[in-house]
Formats: sequence, C-alpha cells, structure tokens
Amino acid sequence: MARKLLLENINVPGINTFDVYRQQGGYRAVEKALKSMSPDDVVEEVKKSGLRGRGGAGFPTGMKWSFLAKPEGKARYLVCNADESEPGTFKDRYLMTYLPHLLIEGMIVSSFALGAKVSYIYVRGEMMPQIRILEKAIAEAKNAGFLGKNILGSGYDLELYVQPGGGAYICGEETALIESLEGKRGNPRIKPPFPAISGVWGCPTVVNNVESIAAVVPIINDGGEEYAKIGNGRSTGTKLISASGNINKPGVYEIELGLPVEEFIYSDDYCGGIANSKRLKAVVAGGSSVPILPANLILKTITGEPRLMSYESLSDGGFQSGSMLGSGGFIAFDEDQCIVRNTWNYARFYHHESCGQCSPCREGTGWMEKVLHRLEYGHGKMSDIDLLVDVAKKIEGNTICPLGDAAAWPVASAIRHFRDEFEWHVTHPKEALERNYGLANYAEFTNAI
Amino acid sequence: MLKVTEEQPIEFSSKLITEFNEIVTRYPEEKQKAALLPILHLVQAEYGWVSVPAMDKVAEHLDIKPIEVYEVASFYSMYFLKPQGKYVLEVCRTGPCCLVGAEKIMDYMEKQLGVKEGEVTSDGLFSWRGVECLAACGMAPVLQIGPEYTFHEHLTEEKVDQLIQELKK
Ligand SMILES: Cc1cc2nc3c(=O)[nH]c(=O)nc-3n(C[C@H](O)[C@H](O)[C@H](O)COP(=O)(O)O)c2cc1C
Ligand code: SF4
Ligand code: FES
Repeated sequence: MARKLLLENINVPGINTFDVYRQQGGYRAVEKALKSMSPDDVVEEVKKSGLRGRGGAGFPTGMKWSFLAKPEGKARYLVCNADESEPGTFKDRYLMTYLPHLLIEGMIVSSFALGAKVSYIYVRGEMMPQIRILEKAIAEAKNAGFLGKNILGSGYDLELYVQPGGGAYICGEETALIESLEGKRGNPRIKPPFPAISGVWGCPTVVNNVESIAAVVPIINDGGEEYAKIGNGRSTGTKLISASGNINKPGVYEIELGLPVEEFIYSDDYCGGIANSKRLKAVVAGGSSVPILPANLILKTITGEPRLMSYESLSDGGFQSGSMLGSGGFIAFDEDQCIVRNTWNYARFYHHESCGQCSPCREGTGWMEKVLHRLEYGHGKMSDIDLLVDVAKKIEGNTICPLGDAAAWPVASAIRHFRDEFEWHVTHPKEALERNYGLANYAEFTNAI
Repeated sequence: MLKVTEEQPIEFSSKLITEFNEIVTRYPEEKQKAALLPILHLVQAEYGWVSVPAMDKVAEHLDIKPIEVYEVASFYSMYFLKPQGKYVLEVCRTGPCCLVGAEKIMDYMEKQLGVKEGEVTSDGLFSWRGVECLAACGMAPVLQIGPEYTFHEHLTEEKVDQLIQELKK
C-alpha cells in the first residue's frame, strides 16, 4: 500500500478529539515550528517540499507564501479555503469531519510562518456539521494552550475562527471568498492587486486550500526534502482524490502522486473497477471544471504512455488530448451515461453559479445551458454544436475570474471528444430521448472487462 | 404570497443578540459587517427564513445600510427570502449525483410530497428543492435538511419514505 501522510490515523477511534490526536503524535509540528524554527525556516521547508496548492490551480505553496507583503503596522491574514463546491470534490469535507485537528495544527504552523495573528477557516455554509466539529476542536486546542496568547511560551499569539459561507460556488475563488468573508456578495475582484498585497480588509492575505494546509504538518514533521521524495517529478507528495460516479468503491483516497490512472480505477485498493461490470466510457479527472476525456485517453496519453495521476501526466497533450489534475475530483462514467445530458447539467451548474459581473460569463453560460438543453431534449440543430464551441471560445480568457474558463472547458472538451454523440442527438432526437448512445466508437477500450 | 403578518417588525431575543455580539468579536474593530453571513444563518435558524423586517433589524444591529443586507441575502443560495416548510429537503442535482440516480430521487420526492420544487405542503411541514453539489459526491445521491444541515447519503426511495415518516412524527 502507498504511504499515507494525511489519512494515516484516520481509523484510530477518537482521532477527532484533541487527546487522541495528541497521543498519536499530533501537534508535534506546532512544537517543532514554534520552539526550534523561525517563520522563514517554515516557509523554506514548504518550498523544499515542492507542495503545490491542492485547491485546483496547483501553484507552489512555498512560493505563494514568499510573495506575502509585510508592510509595517499592517495585519496579515491566513484564510483557509474550505468552500469546497467544485462538483466531484469532497476531500476537504472528509478531512474536516474526521481529522479536524490536522487542519487546525496546519493552520497554526502556517499562520506562524506568515506572521498572522488572526486566521479564518472559511467553510461553505452547508457544512454546518463540519463547522461545529471545527469549533469544538478549536476550543480543545485553545484549552490545551495551542491557540490564544503566547502559544507554548513562544511569544506567538494566534486566534483562529471559523467563518460560514452562504451557499455560492464562486466563493471558492479566492478573491470572491475574501469579499464574502468581509460580509459582501461573492463578486471576484480584479487582479492585480493580488491578495498577497491586498486581501482581507486591504491587508496582505494568503488563501490556501484545506488539504494544502494539512500537508504542511507532515512537511514540518519529516522535513521538506522527505516530502519531495514522494511522488513523481514536480508532482511531489500525496494527494487526496475524491472518487465518484460509476465505480465500485466511491470515496476519498490518499495516493502518492504518479500512481497509474489504470491502477487507480481498477485496483481493489482504490476504485475497484467500474460498477455493475460495465465498461468505462469517460472520466473527468480533476473536478467538473477540467476537460472530460474518453476512456482511451484517460488510460493512456496520445503517445501511448500510461497516464499517471500527476499534474504533468494528466495535462500531457494539452487540451487536445489531455486534461488536468485540478482539485482531484475524479468522476467516472460508465458506458450507459449520456455525455450530452452530463454536459448540459454542468452548463446549468455554471450558469446558476456565475456571479454575473462579466457579460461573457453571465450570458455565455446561459446560452450554453439553453442550447445543450435543446440538444438533449430533441430540438437541437446541427449548427448548435458549432454554436456551443463558438460561445465557449468567446467566454474563455475574457472574464474577470476563471469561472468563465471552468464553464467553457467542459463543453468544449465534450464536443471535441464526443462530437458523434452530439450529432446523434440531432439526427435521432426521438431515439435519444429513449436510450443513450453507449460506448460507440470511442477508440479501443484497453480495459474492457 | 407573503402574509402581511410575516412582514411585521420583529424583536430579536436577548439570546440571539448575545450570539450576534459574540460573532462580532471575531473581526477587527469597525469590520463588524463581516458578521453578516453568520448572523443571517442564525436569523434563519430562528425564524425559518429571512424577512425584510428581520434584515432591517440586522442592518441596524451591524450599523450598515439595509441594502447591504438585502444584496447579500439575495446573492447566496442558502437564505430563504420567503417562508418554507418546517423541513426543507435539499437534494443535490449536480452531475456526479445524477450519474447514480439523483434525478429519480427528485421525481420521487415530488410525487411523495405532492408539491413542486419550492412549494410548501399543505400541512406546512415540507418543502423541497434541488441544490448544487454538496461536496459528498462519493455518497451520492444525497440530501440535507436545515437548520443544522443533517445529511442523508446513498438515498433510495425507501430511505426517502422513511425520512418523511420520521419527520412527520
Ligand atoms: C470558480 C472557482 C472556484 C474555486 N473553488 C475553490 C474551492 O472550493 N476550494 C479551494 O480550495 N479552491 C478553490 N478555487 C481556487 C482558489 O481560487 C485558490 O486558488 C485556492 O484556494 C488557493 O489555495 P491552494 O493554493 O492551497 O490551492 C476556486 C477557483 C475558482 C476560479
Ligand atoms: S467570470 Fe463569471 S463568476 Fe467570474 S467574475 Fe465574471 S461573471 Fe463572475
Ligand atoms: S454532485 Fe451531489 S454531492 Fe457532489
């Protein structure tokens, strides 16, 4: 079995309590950092680890931290992004539910590294049970002297608060999150200035995903170099993958980056193969925003190399034949799923979630939803398919925040790889209402059972 | 239709006010507006929805303009701007859940409750709606019920029946 750094102790009874977490070696990273390291030392270890942001964009965490401005007399903030709303992604909920102290320990060490005296965990409002869990865990940590004034006699003070969202996917985007934390609508800000210069209340701010913050704990315990030994190339360490859809064992898995996709799908250690002995049709590998790939292209790259679960391998071939690791939301589609219906569902989602600030996103997502709806329900025209490609192109790159791209890519990639299925919906509108297109001719399926 | 009585001015309980005041301490001075989202959750938990008079009161309490509350309450999907059933069953309707039967569950819900999405049953007990991905796609199909957002996973028609029966008690 692969090495586990985050989920190692998840099955220990009571690990969600401070006492058990501590008995299992918890809060060692806080002791080490606050007693024997300077904030810059901590940043240096995170740099050495090669850790890349687990929220979706994959930006190196250590580098992001080193960009934080440190003007005299201004507060600095660390905000943990626990908005987790990207369809297909449910690892942060899992981590907060079962290992709340791992996140809190990571928050303390990271806040120390950044010089934040007050930090927030912004949790999507629907996760009320997780908010309660975190609040209880924070109270326990504070009671034990790991939060509050003069932590462990180090002279470092930190208050940690949980902030609930109000239900809006866009608030996962870091500048929308900052607006929301300030008590406003979640409208993304125009960058620059970046949050590292001007974030919450105009103060320098770092926003990091739950899993990125949690990964800081093993990095400090074992050292950045040890962490960097795990994984593959520039994809270092372990990654939580949320696996859903038509597989035998949906759930959250911690993998070493670089694991072959085929092993992830078919091994009993992970997804356990496609459910009901069906065949794999397609995969969305990194949450709903990343391009969908047909089975042959998710298992092997266009040059015939086995595809690996890593930032580089999943994006091999660019958008022509590749995709992205994104947030690690791995959604598997069996042969009976309809790509047109799924694409319409995603377009509906992005239209619903667009904040409405930029017209290409606000109008374009609405158009895509409408056109996909008529294709799915048997009123589509052949020209609609190119219309969709055109609308997607006009959104991409023309908006304030990346939600526009996130809405355009699933549509563009579905048409790129499954065009015949869209055309069949136009030529066989009645049949398309009654049955699905099936596997058809999406190249050879290496792992047809 | 909103009943007039539901729009009448309200006074928050002292317990609620104490909770509001605690939340405000989490932010720097003069940044109390940050308390708006958490306070609206408390208001909704207390009254089942957020009425205009309640929003006006919140604005007064936080020393911000009423419009600053309205624009927030109307932006976020969790705040109800009109009365709901005592229990709002919120079923995830996004892609991954649909791969394993969420649409069928929503059809079934509509049939069993006898009301359309967003409407309230005649006994005032239930309303239901589709919501977007709840970050639980591995446990799909799923639904949640406020105000504590209890969670129900791997939904089947039998589970929906059971749930409705239990809530009726
Ligand atoms: C529309 C949109 C939604 C996003 N949602 C999330 C989210 O739910 N959680 C998250 O951590 N990052 C999300 N991100 C990415 C954040 O903007 C940001 O890059 C991330 O929180 C940085 O943390 P990291 O460097 O640790 O990954 C989203 C981005 C966009 C454009
Ligand atoms: S791209 Fe969409 S979500 Fe992002 S700022 Fe523009 S309208 Fe809002
Ligand atoms: S799609 Fe339903 S929980 Fe994610």
